[in-house]
Amino acid sequence: MLVHLQGPWSPLFGRLTLASIPYSNPIIIFAFVFTVIAGLAAVIPVLYFRKVGYIFREWICSVDHKKIGVMYIILGLVMMFRGFVDGMMIRTQQVTADGPTSPHFLEAQHGYLPPSHFDQIYSSHGTLMILFAATPILTGLGNIIVPLQIGARDMAFPRMNAISLWLTVMGAMLVMASLFIGDFSDAGWVGLTPLTELPYSPSVGVDYWMWAIQISSIGTTLNAINIITTIIGMRAPGMRWDRLPIFTWTTLSTSVIGLTAFPVLGVALALLGADRYLGTHFYTAGMGGNLMLYTDLFWIWGHPEVYFLVLPAFGVLSEVIPTFSEKPLFGYITMVAATFAIAGISWSVWLHHFFTMGAGPMVNTFFSVATMIVGIPTGVKVFNWIFTMYRGRITYTTPMLWAVAAILLLLVGGITGVMLANPAINYTVHNSVFVIAHFHCMVLLIVFAAFAAVIYWWPKVFGFMLDEANGKRFFWTFCLATSTVFTAMFMLGFEGETRRLDYLYDPHWMPMLIVEEVGIALYCLAVFYFFKMLYVSIRDRDKNVCGPDPWGTARTLEWLTHTPVPFYNFAVTPQVHELDELTWRRERNCETVMPDHYEPVHMPNNSMVPIIIGILAFGFGFGMVWRIWWMAGGGLAGIIAVIIITSFFPDRGYTITPEQMRELEAEHLRRRVAVSTASVIPLAEQRLV
Amino acid sequence: MDARANPEGPLPPLWHYGETEHDPISTKTLGFWLYMLSDALIFAGLFAAYAVLDQNMNMADGPTAAQVVHPVAAFWQTLAVLSSVLAYSLATVALKTGNRARVLLGIVVAIVFGGLFIALEIGDFVSLFAMGATPDRSGFLSAFFVLVASHGLHMMFGILWMLVLIPQIIRSGFNTAVVTRLLNLRLFWQFQASVWVCVYVFVYLKGTMP
Repeated sequence: MLVHLQGPWSPLFGRLTLASIPYSNPIIIFAFVFTVIAGLAAVIPVLYFRKVGYIFREWICSVDHKKIGVMYIILGLVMMFRGFVDGMMIRTQQVTADGPTSPHFLEAQHGYLPPSHFDQIYSSHGTLMILFAATPILTGLGNIIVPLQIGARDMAFPRMNAISLWLTVMGAMLVMASLFIGDFSDAGWVGLTPLTELPYSPSVGVDYWMWAIQISSIGTTLNAINIITTIIGMRAPGMRWDRLPIFTWTTLSTSVIGLTAFPVLGVALALLGADRYLGTHFYTAGMGGNLMLYTDLFWIWGHPEVYFLVLPAFGVLSEVIPTFSEKPLFGYITMVAATFAIAGISWSVWLHHFFTMGAGPMVNTFFSVATMIVGIPTGVKVFNWIFTMYRGRITYTTPMLWAVAAILLLLVGGITGVMLANPAINYTVHNSVFVIAHFHCMVLLIVFAAFAAVIYWWPKVFGFMLDEANGKRFFWTFCLATSTVFTAMFMLGFEGETRRLDYLYDPHWMPMLIVEEVGIALYCLAVFYFFKMLYVSIRDRDKNVCGPDPWGTARTLEWLTHTPVPFYNFAVTPQVHELDELTWRRERNCETVMPDHYEPVHMPNNSMVPIIIGILAFGFGFGMVWRIWWMAGGGLAGIIAVIIITSFFPDRGYTITPEQMRELEAEHLRRRVAVSTASVIPLAEQRLV
Repeated sequence: MDARANPEGPLPPLWHYGETEHDPISTKTLGFWLYMLSDALIFAGLFAAYAVLDQNMNMADGPTAAQVVHPVAAFWQTLAVLSSVLAYSLATVALKTGNRARVLLGIVVAIVFGGLFIALEIGDFVSLFAMGATPDRSGFLSAFFVLVASHGLHMMFGILWMLVLIPQIIRSGFNTAVVTRLLNLRLFWQFQASVWVCVYVFVYLKGTMP
């Protein structure tokens, strides 16, 4: 049954040999040194300040949804940085490898990356950006914000929440391991069959890609279960369905997508795994395999995944825009309906990713029309945001700038998307960089919304504002970079440049390639300002402390509790009266009224189980990649054993007594008073000037 | 009354005191229903793969469906899995009266019939392997074995779950955690039986049709 592999294999190390470590490649050596330095920069302060125990007990073992969310977002930002470096390398390769007379460096014939290395880089760029950057950032946001918005103390299953996080982290760790041990898939982030089959990709690259996605997507599915259960079952009294904030609605719809789409991805990859490990013939080129089966299964997940990402981004815009327009959101009900319309249609459009694969005119027409229909609810959303801003008192804080720019990007990406939904146009530009520019507009809209969200909710989580001046520099450079790179890319697409080229044969593309490279330089500047924003804000954190509602005009429940949010979220569960509860209370001058007595609060204990399961899952993945059977089997058996053993010792949690709560609250109330007298944050009225 | 109409009026209560603890059993059951939905999607993907690969060109000149499926033998499997579900359901009926011995008896009988199902399936696989019908023979056989074995794997996990529950019932009786697990396992077990009915119809019965 097991596929017989060529090359060395030992029971102890599987396929892993010293030769698997690419120490002769200077680019990888540089990446390794950089990763080690960055890792040390993170670890040394922890050791120096003797915080290992604190980090382990209070973060690694935490079941607090806010800390888990923060860790999700940190993972996403780090992976986004690596994905950005990949993108930078792709662009630099293309600008140096244009035309037969282009220069060559290192081992490459053109440019500085040999084809297989270039292929790995674009594959990891896509995999990282979609699955390990955008997905964790949005999942993390949902984790932090949703329980606060609905007035819950935690997620429905706090420990499972931590398990989701660590499975996602371990998936990302597998991708990182592939950089230095072995190689990564060179078959694109979508895993083009039959290229991913063993005869054509005999190395471990595809296995890394497959198991990294498989492990992290189990985490995403579990998280979706958690979020849906939380929203259905844990809402505060009075939080009726028609009072649910839009971000919570969008996170609910996105979790429904995640719950139903990720298992299909699991099947698609598991069948590929059966082909690669057991020698079956699901997607092989002969013996009765059908490669279109993979393409369909993958995109049945792949297209809902796009909306899985974009819907919470829409939710962020629906929170940020009313706050900084000082108006309720226009068309709440239509916004909810549009959200679920998009989520529903997302299941019937997958074939538009491969119109050219010959499904026939009737099938193509169906999917073409279905795809264009997505434009209607999306248009409803755009108009709702614009009508929200119309005659509002708009303040262009950094989150608002990101949100407005996101609408513009949505327009560009959406309209080119409707163009691509037409099979006749699609045949012309299929696989050209026009498509790449289109979907980068869409995913960058998600990134824009994610930055809006991070800056918007940062003070709520950490208790101080991010620096506005550097935030705006970051925004403008990032915006300029985006328009520079992708305007040029749209044009190159019309000029016929196809995607994934390590060597470009037409020298006439050179001017636009140089423009793209200039845009990449601007992105580097934006990254600099991002770090400067973080540095300046953290340095001046004592000057920028803030109260419960730092923006002064926020509308929803999460801004009611203390800042930074205590681990129990709300000392007493709030009673909800209105869609925009905080605005309701502000209008009645009772937004600072705190409960006068307390009741016992039951909280879950921190646990080592999630990180242990995570490490075992990494062992399982790494063992499967290198076919080290004892490690893979041990990892899987270990996970099952841990789950069984912990089921005998259920977590009874602990109780915060009213007396303890009074002390905890007194601390927060003191901080509130101190902040409100010392605050430098201008009120909304002053910001207008 | 619309609260917005009168901002000057007396304030309704701002904080909710009293019982806000949500029923842990119903929360966990809701979560488990959602998990079952994702499991259903896994089977939907596998059934789709089977439907795609159940074509003449995917047989690769190997055995056809009619040559590998034995509906009569598989009918005994169907009886085994349905008997197992019946036994487990009787155990949950006994749970209502808190009769520990009957619950345990029902679970043990469910394990026996579940084990019988697994044994019959393994026997079927062994005979197929002996006639050269292996998963790596053709795309069709790959889909056949992976679909049927995925269901079998789920059955094994259900049996493992029951084996874990027996000492928990003996040790701690019917506390909240144990009752939640018993009820969710009923859901899991009945779902696997439903999936088997689909497998039996779409693979075993349909396979015999010309």
